[in-house]
Amino acid sequence: MTTRRRGAARLLLLLPFAGLLWTPFYDRLTPALFGFPFFYWYQLAWVPVTAALIFAVWRIERP
Amino acid sequence: MTASTPLSSHGPGAAGIAVFVVFFAATILLGASAGWRRASRTQAGGEQWSLGGRSFGMWVTWFLVGGDFYTAYTVIAVPALVYATGAYGFFALPYTIIVYPFVYAVMPKLWQIARDGGHATAADIVRARFDSVLLERVVALTGLVAVLPYIALQLVGIRVVLEALGLPGEIPLVAAFLSLAAYTWLGGLHAPASTAFLKDAMIYVAVIVAVTVIPLHLGGYGAMFRTAADHLPRPGAGHALRAGQAVPYATLALSSALAAFLYPHTLTGVLAARDSDTIRRNAAMLPAYTLLLGLIALLGLMAHAAGIVTAHPSAVVPALFLAIFPGWFAGFGFAAIAVGALVPAAVMAIGAANLVIRNLLPRPAGDRGEDRAGRGRARIVALLVKVAALGFILLLDPAFAINLQLLGGLWILQTLPALVLGLLPSLGLNARGLLAGWAAGMLTGSLIAFADGLKPVHALLGVGVSTGLLAVTVNVVIALLVSRTVSRPIRTPS
Repeated sequence: MTTRRRGAARLLLLLPFAGLLWTPFYDRLTPALFGFPFFYWYQLAWVPVTAALIFAVWRIERP
Repeated sequence: MTASTPLSSHGPGAAGIAVFVVFFAATILLGASAGWRRASRTQAGGEQWSLGGRSFGMWVTWFLVGGDFYTAYTVIAVPALVYATGAYGFFALPYTIIVYPFVYAVMPKLWQIARDGGHATAADIVRARFDSVLLERVVALTGLVAVLPYIALQLVGIRVVLEALGLPGEIPLVAAFLSLAAYTWLGGLHAPASTAFLKDAMIYVAVIVAVTVIPLHLGGYGAMFRTAADHLPRPGAGHALRAGQAVPYATLALSSALAAFLYPHTLTGVLAARDSDTIRRNAAMLPAYTLLLGLIALLGLMAHAAGIVTAHPSAVVPALFLAIFPGWFAGFGFAAIAVGALVPAAVMAIGAANLVIRNLLPRPAGDRGEDRAGRGRARIVALLVKVAALGFILLLDPAFAINLQLLGGLWILQTLPALVLGLLPSLGLNARGLLAGWAAGMLTGSLIAFADGLKPVHALLGVGVSTGLLAVTVNVVIALLVSRTVSRPIRTPS
């Protein structure tokens, strides 16, 4: 595993910050999902996505 | 139903109280005996009591860190904030998501440094790295004052459910304190480590039942969200947040996430892991708790939909349980909340005791706090820490205790440059720069917070920004400037 590839993998860890800290992107009520306004289900969806991203980085970096 | 305050007039009944007592007492006994069982097998030293002998593997670490990071703040304060403010209170969700990429990137490095140097606290790490006893003391003191109101918040959490059980007067607070003291005194870090799974199982059951059953009572999630919106101030059309809340929402999430693992208790959970890979894998698995936090936050909205009206938002979850569930299940839910506060409070007290003993009190030469006498001192200091937290509640208005917890977050964030940015040698930070930055950050942050009436957000050029984030920005800038100017490291006698 090259250092460069590891560094690139780590960039995946920045995605949750981008997806969750730019509030205007998800501060709305539609489209709703299972009765959940967008604001709520969008943020809840980031939980499994973040776990998967961290897992992916761990797999790539594993010695 | 309408729940006025306090709730003692309408408890969960004898069955509920019985269920509560069984589960709460079982947790305390299991935790206390974990210490004895361990002590009989291995040498019972201070590091055994305070860091579990750095032996915790994948699952114990998952339960321990999850158990001490998701606290009464999660089960009481987050739904209370959502009840009081609506969507804005949900910032705890992005906070507890973005914290994990941060943990993945930073905490394995800190673990390695701590393991190699035999460090048990943030202040230990900083002293070794920057060769400064003054910086060590400053970091230790910051950790201590930041964690005291956090422990106080856990005691408030236990008190809230004991009040909801119908216990009168000051008995709930006394009972909360005594149960915590016995649990920590006897079990050490093995107590929360061995009962965290029980805490989680109970909270998962209570919350999954709550978020399934309660919306059924209220006509489904869509109806629940609509009814709740009728009880809260209206945001602009099509929005969830009100005008001016977007930036505070994001900056509070960011500053809380950066601060979360600098606390003595969360760091203790991390440093007690067996190896750094345990921490990396945990960063991928701990978000499971965040899903739970998101669902718990929704209880604040469900309370509106269920018609709960109270001037004390921290009583919202117990009131909701009493309104919806049969007495015995409400009792179970209360036990889950009480245990959910007990486990982290124990880790907090141990983490704070570690700081006092290792970094603030003078230490006998050659003593690393790892013998039997070290454990005795650690126990006594942990008890004193809890007494101080109790003092917070008795002397101050409980609402002020919650504000102080916000201030605690601001303070602990000021140790970020020394502990985390210090990992990057290219920044060229040194002890003088970090001390100057810390002083500037603490001063700026505290002054702004007090001037704003202890609100966590400051209006900067008309935009609300997390005060903690402002203060740590000042801190970093000063630390970098002074480090560059005064490059000669200071030597303090150790």
